This record gives sequence, C-alpha cells and structure tokens, in this order.
Amino acid sequence: MDNNQDKVLNEVTQGEYKYGFVTDIDTEKIPVGLNEEIVRLISAKKNEPEWLLEFRLKAFRHWQTMKMPSWANLKIPEIKYQDIIYYAAPKQRVAPESMDDVDPELKKTFEKLGIPLEEQKRLTGVAVDAVMDSVSVKTTFRETLAEEGIIFCSFSEAVREHPSLVQKYLASVVPYTDNFFAALNSAVFSDGSFCYIPKGVRCPMELSTYFRINAANTGQFERTLLIADEEAYVSYLEGCTAPQRDENQLHAAVVEIVAERGAEVKYSTVQNWYPGDREGRGGIYNFVTKRGICKGESSKISWTQVETGSAITWKYPSCILRGDNSVGEFYSVAVTNNHQQADTGTKMIHLGKNTRSTIVSKGISAGLSQNSYRGLVKVVKKADNARNFSQCDSLLLGDRCGAHTFPYIEVDNQSAVVEHEATTSRIGEDQIFYCNQRGISTEDAIGLIVNGYAREVINKLPMEFAVEATKLLQISLEGSVG
Amino acid sequence: MIDYRPELIQKLTHLWDAGREGLFKKSPGLFNSFREEAFSTFLSLGLPDKKNEAYKYTDLDKFFSYDYRGYYVPSTADYTQAERFKCEVEDLDVWNIVLMNGFYPHSDQGLMMLPGGFWAGSMTAAAKQFPGLIQRHYNKYVTNDKDGLVHLNTALASDGLFIYAPKGTTISKPLQIVNLVHSDRDIFVQDRNLIVVEEGADLTLLVCDHALSPQHFLTNTVTEVYVGQNARFNIIRVQNQHNDAGKITQTFIHQERDSYASSNNITLHGGLVRNATYHTLAGENAETHSYGLFLSDKSQHTANYVFVDHSAPHCNSTQLFKGVLDDDATGAFNGRILVRPLAQGTNAYQANNNILMTPEAKMSTKPQLEIFADDVKCSHGATVGQLDEEALFYLRSRGIDEREARLMMMFGFAHEVIQNIHIEALRERIDTLVMQRLRGELSRCASCAIKCN
Repeated sequence: MDNNQDKVLNEVTQGEYKYGFVTDIDTEKIPVGLNEEIVRLISAKKNEPEWLLEFRLKAFRHWQTMKMPSWANLKIPEIKYQDIIYYAAPKQRVAPESMDDVDPELKKTFEKLGIPLEEQKRLTGVAVDAVMDSVSVKTTFRETLAEEGIIFCSFSEAVREHPSLVQKYLASVVPYTDNFFAALNSAVFSDGSFCYIPKGVRCPMELSTYFRINAANTGQFERTLLIADEEAYVSYLEGCTAPQRDENQLHAAVVEIVAERGAEVKYSTVQNWYPGDREGRGGIYNFVTKRGICKGESSKISWTQVETGSAITWKYPSCILRGDNSVGEFYSVAVTNNHQQADTGTKMIHLGKNTRSTIVSKGISAGLSQNSYRGLVKVVKKADNARNFSQCDSLLLGDRCGAHTFPYIEVDNQSAVVEHEATTSRIGEDQIFYCNQRGISTEDAIGLIVNGYAREVINKLPMEFAVEATKLLQISLEGSVG
Repeated sequence: MIDYRPELIQKLTHLWDAGREGLFKKSPGLFNSFREEAFSTFLSLGLPDKKNEAYKYTDLDKFFSYDYRGYYVPSTADYTQAERFKCEVEDLDVWNIVLMNGFYPHSDQGLMMLPGGFWAGSMTAAAKQFPGLIQRHYNKYVTNDKDGLVHLNTALASDGLFIYAPKGTTISKPLQIVNLVHSDRDIFVQDRNLIVVEEGADLTLLVCDHALSPQHFLTNTVTEVYVGQNARFNIIRVQNQHNDAGKITQTFIHQERDSYASSNNITLHGGLVRNATYHTLAGENAETHSYGLFLSDKSQHTANYVFVDHSAPHCNSTQLFKGVLDDDATGAFNGRILVRPLAQGTNAYQANNNILMTPEAKMSTKPQLEIFADDVKCSHGATVGQLDEEALFYLRSRGIDEREARLMMMFGFAHEVIQNIHIEALRERIDTLVMQRLRGELSRCASCAIKCN
C-alpha cells in the first residue's frame, strides 16, 4: 500500500503550476535599483500630490535605517534590493474608458486566469480590480457600486479623486515605521485597490482584487486600503498568480482595513503565487503586512486565507480590537510542498472591553517543506472580559517536512479567557484502511481526509473562492502518503 | 553581541576577579580547565535579556543589580549551622543531605556511601575519588550553549552535589537535599551538580530550596543528570524562599534507551524563580515527564522553561505546568518540543493552565512545537483564565461559602500536578502546604517548608 501511496503522492504533488505562462506585452519599466530618485520617479509617473511624495520619502529614509529582520523560522537567501525594478506597468495608450480600450493581450491574460473583466460576461456578481505588475488595469462594476455610494477603484485613482479619504486613512493601521517591508512598501508602492463603503451600506456584491506579476526582475508592491464606515458590510476577495521563472521575485504588499462602529469586513485570500519548481528554484517571496483595526464598537474583521503558493510566505494578518464588543477572526489553511517555506499566523490585540477573537489555523506540509504557525494573542489591562480561542493543527505528509507552532499568549487582565490548543499528526494508516475497506481508493481517501481537515476554514470562504480553494488543495496534496 | 547592560556585567566581572584565585586553588583541575573559556563565552553572550526568546517574559535585571558578594570559600560557622539543620516530614523516610550556599558542608567526609551502594556528597571530593566518572560526565549534557548563565555557572561554581547510582542499584528510600542559603550579606551563589544514574539504577531525589536569612540572595544552579539505559530517575523540587531571594535553576536530563525520568517543580514562594528543565531523549523508547506548579503573589515572578528534545524514535513525553497568580505577580511559561527527523513514533504532549486572581496579575505563555518527523502525535494546549463561575455556583448552591468554594477549586486545580508525585507521604505533605499557601497561612518563610526546626 505504501508504494501505491508513494506513487499517488508523486503524481499529484508534482502537478504543474497552471498559471505559469507569461503574457507578451509591452511593459514600461524604470531603471533597476532603489534610491531617492527612484522614489521621486515613481511618484512623478503617477502624478502624485506633494503630501504623498513626502510620505514616500519619509518612509524611504526610515527604511534605509532598518535591517531585514531575521527572527522568522525561514531560510531566506539574501535579497539584493538594488537589483529589483520597482515599477513596471503594461503599456497602454490611454486610460481605458470602456472595455474596448483595454489591450486585447491583457484581456486575454485575465480571461485565461478566469477573471471576468467584461461585465456582460460575468458569471458571478463579483466586482474585480485587476492589478498587473504595478498598476491597476481595470476595475469592473464601478458604476453599479457608485449608485450605492461605494468607492471601489485603483489606489492611484483614489489619490486623485478622493485625496481627503486617502490622506485620512493611509498608514493609519500600518505606519511606515511598522516593519522593514512595510517601510519598503510605503516608499515604492505603485498601485493597489482602494475601497470605501459609506455609512449603513451593505455592499451588494463581492469585491475582488486580482494580482498578477508578469514582468521579469520586478517586485510587486501594492497597497490595499479598505474602509468600512459605520454599520457597513463588505466581503472582499484577493487572488494572485505569477509566471514560472527561475529567479525569485519579491512581493511586499500592505493591506489596511478600518472598520468603524458596527461595520463588518470579511477579507478572503487565495494566495497562489508561483511556488518555485520541485528543486526549489524560483518562486515568489511573499512578505506581506496585513492588519485591520476594529475602530468602533461592535465592529468585526474576519480574515480567511488559503495559502498554497509562494516559495516563502511570511505574513500575519492581524486584528486590533479597539472598539468595545468588537470581534476578530482568523481562518487559515497553509499548504507547503517541495521546498516551500511558510511562517504565517496572526495577531489578535485585545484593547477594548468584551472583545472576542477566534483563530483556526490548519497547516499541511509535504515534500521538503517547512510550515510554521506563529501567533500572538495579547490582552491588555483594560480589556475586560476578552475571550480568545485558538486552534492550530498541523498535518504532516511525508517524513522529510516539518511543522512548527509558535504561539505567544500575553494576558494582563484577570477576566480574560484565553485558550490555545494545537496538534500535530499525520494521516493515520487506520483512517486510510477504513476508507479502503469501504471501497474508496487510497487517493480519494487522502483527498477526503485533507478536505475534511481543511473544511472548517474553506467553509468560511465565499462560494466562488471555496470552489477554487478546494481544487487547489487537491492539486497540491491529494493522494499524499499518510 | 552588544553589551547593553555594562554595569551588571561589570559587577559580575568584579566577582570573578575577586574570587578567581581562591577558586582555582580550591577546585580540581578538571573544573578549572573550563573556567576561563566559560567566562569569556559569558562575556560575549552577556546576561540573557528580553531579546532572548527563552527569557522574553522574564526580567533578570532587578535581581542582578544588587551588590552581591561572591561565595567561594565556605566558613566553618555555616557548616555548623548546616549540620544543626533538621528537616522532618511525618512518615517521610528519607536520606538527608544539606547543602549550604551551594557547598556540601561535611568537610571531613566529602563523600558518603549510602546503603545500596549509592554515593552522595561534594563535587570537589568526587573529582578526587571518581576522576574518570566525572571526566566522562561533567559539562557534557549542557545542551544550551546560548545561555550566558550556564557559562557563568561553569566559570564560577565552586562546589555542588554529586550523586552516583552505580549500575543496577536501587535506593531504599528517597534522597532529600535541602538547599540552604544563609548569610549576613547579600550573596550570589553558584552551585553545580552532577547526578549519574547508571544502567538499571533507580533514584528519587527531593530537593528543597530555602533561604534562612532575610538578605538578598541570587542562586544560579546548573544540574546535569545522566540517566543510563533502563534506569529510573525522579526529581521533585520544592521551592520556598522569601521575596528577596532569586533562584535560577537549569537542569539538563540526558536519557538513554528504555529509561524513565520525571521532574516536578513546586514553587510556593520566591521573589524571582526561573526553572529551566531540558530533557534530551537520546535513546529509543525513553519516557520523560515534566511537571510544574507555582503559586505566586506580591510582585513575585515565576518562569518555567521546558525543552524536550526527541532525538530518538519511539519516545514519549508529557508536560503539565500550572500557575496561580495573585496580587501583582507575573508568570511565564515557555515550553518547547522538538522532534528531530529521526524520531519517528514520537508521542509528545504539553499542557499549560493558568489562573489570574487579580486584575494586576499577568501571565505570558509560549508553547512551541517544532516537528520534523511525520509519524508523530504531538499536541499542546495553553489556557489563561479564572475559576469557572458555573462550578463555583454549583458548590455554593450546595451550601459551601464562596471563599471555601474558591479554595476547593484552586486546590483541585493544583492537585492535578501534585498527584504525579508518587511518594505518598510527600504528596500529602505538599497538598497540605499548597492548601496552607492558598489560605494565606504560609507566609514569608524563613525556615523549611517541610516542617523544619
């Protein structure tokens, strides 16, 4: 049986990366390297106001004083920050007014990725902001959303059209001094999505950003800013893919979420950057800072992530629970295979009274990969009746991979109840045997067990994403050796 | 590493310079051969600070900032006091050994042989009598070379306890070590212990830590334990010191195949207590258990650090650590399970539960799993909370008053750790002590917790 399992594992875990193609399109790039001139150049290219340039320069100067952190349980080859192109944009003659103005090559790319840019062809009611390399290509359904007062556009447009909103909220959750990659991003971010849901509005459709890296030798540094005003609701999806290349590319994004009183934000990610090949060549370094603040009373932020791609993933989507009665949630499935490494988890900072948080993290490691959960639950003195439940499970498929758990729990309030539990195991032979004797093949049995294992998280995803996530899981792991 | 606390390091360098000559003169060559290098390693590592993951929640600075005197040569008066010290626990039949300020005070004997073929006594004497054995084991099981305090101990320790259980021996009753600190000045004590339990031997140790005078004390203890094939070793530590006494212990237990070891740290009092226990499972089918309980109040800080290293296949380990924090007390738990790629068939469990009694108390916990093998069953759980209101209501609805109900529940919480002590008389005694402690009857203790005169 073991041999059979091995075979199945090999066949399936070595499935090819589907999105590894390169689009042949003219790209506008700026010179390699990073210095103040480059920062000014990026800002000039985007016709940015003075205050934003100042912000970038401050961030850049701060970044120069910082050193890349080394505390993560990751082996990161040296990153040469001077060999990266910090801005690349698909060349377009004019800003696209309608669908006909969008470069057909571009349209084809997104069609191939299954992202509907043409509204009439939509299958699902999802509004998409498509970001290729450094810039936003097209945002769909803008008009429909505008009727409700919802602003959903690229970051550059937001800077032009809603400068006061951007100025008010930019870096209010993740200041440029926060960490090495946040500082870098603040200096060179090129585009991203901006979303504002006004008071009392329930966003009628899922909003989605699709990130695509295309150009070689570039880094992608986008910034997402999501604001849900009082009593608003939005569900936001994020997807990403990149071409198959032998060199590593850096992706250092910042996502900021602000939830005012009574607002609810649901942020879902299916991360499928190119993970590198079987020998661990190439792949994306995914070093992302994601943080949301429950600013007002009874607000809620929920992170759901399915991490299957990237050579190295290093991110901790976090919640600052400042408003009383606010709620933070984190649901994650992180899959690593071959030479992938992941150090991911969350931070729940309880500041307000009666705040609640839930953490469910499911790690799956196969091949030679290393998968770590790292999380912080912090309850400050004033956070009466804070409640946290964390569960971190790891599944090991194969005897050469690793699964690690590093939870930090700091409780400074007597009335808090904080619980953490974690388990690590592999798929039991008895479980496989049970399925086998009921006529389920080993391959299907493992698929069944892995899916059941991840179900709790997948269930939290919006339907469209849940289907994709389930498929991704199958591609990565189905049939793995128990 | 940059030296961020030069004045503390300077104080320690003074201690070293002052005691060095006497230290080298009195100690055996083997111990001396490690000293110079250890001290320079200590200087390069510095004192562990909060940037060190293992000390993230423990602040040592306060206890290192007092003007301690070194204690390198014991005085006769201390010997006399140690000999007069008696510890009696009803129905607890033990062999008794007293250590004074880290020294084995029976200068004339040095080593004694106990019925059953056991040897116990001073490290210095043992180095003369069993040079080969000491050479084989001394400084061999210290697995954490990143910790400056271990190196400081290797450099400064002048004596300590040596216990040798030769192959196949079984001790008829447990061995009780009473660790006393007593001085009319603030002192910094370093003791270094070596315990060798050879193949098939069985040894149970009860270690009690006490401070006899109200001065500032800081004790930095390193204990190395070798547990041979098929041998059994139990260590129970009862710590009861006053709030000006700091106690830092690091115990390294090295286990060969089919061996069994258990460690139980009961901390009743102490200004600063940090117990680090390292379990290395080096042979197949070894079993190890690590337990801990602390009850702290005022501004005490209690930290438990556990590291279980599964280096061989088919080993089992469990950890259970509990804490009750009252007043402004702070606590930390840091538990690490490492399963190496070879260690298939591992079962490793870890649990850490804490109760906060007041709004000022603070608990930080960091349970970690690092797993590199797939055929494993590992889990950990950690909780921080307070007594269950529903259970409290249940008791009160049956006519038990609130104070008593709370006591019962806390006692039950603590007993889960105590029940793992397999010497009945001792278990009962510790239960009583814990009950007294919870009732607030066991206050600052200048004498032995175990009914000492």
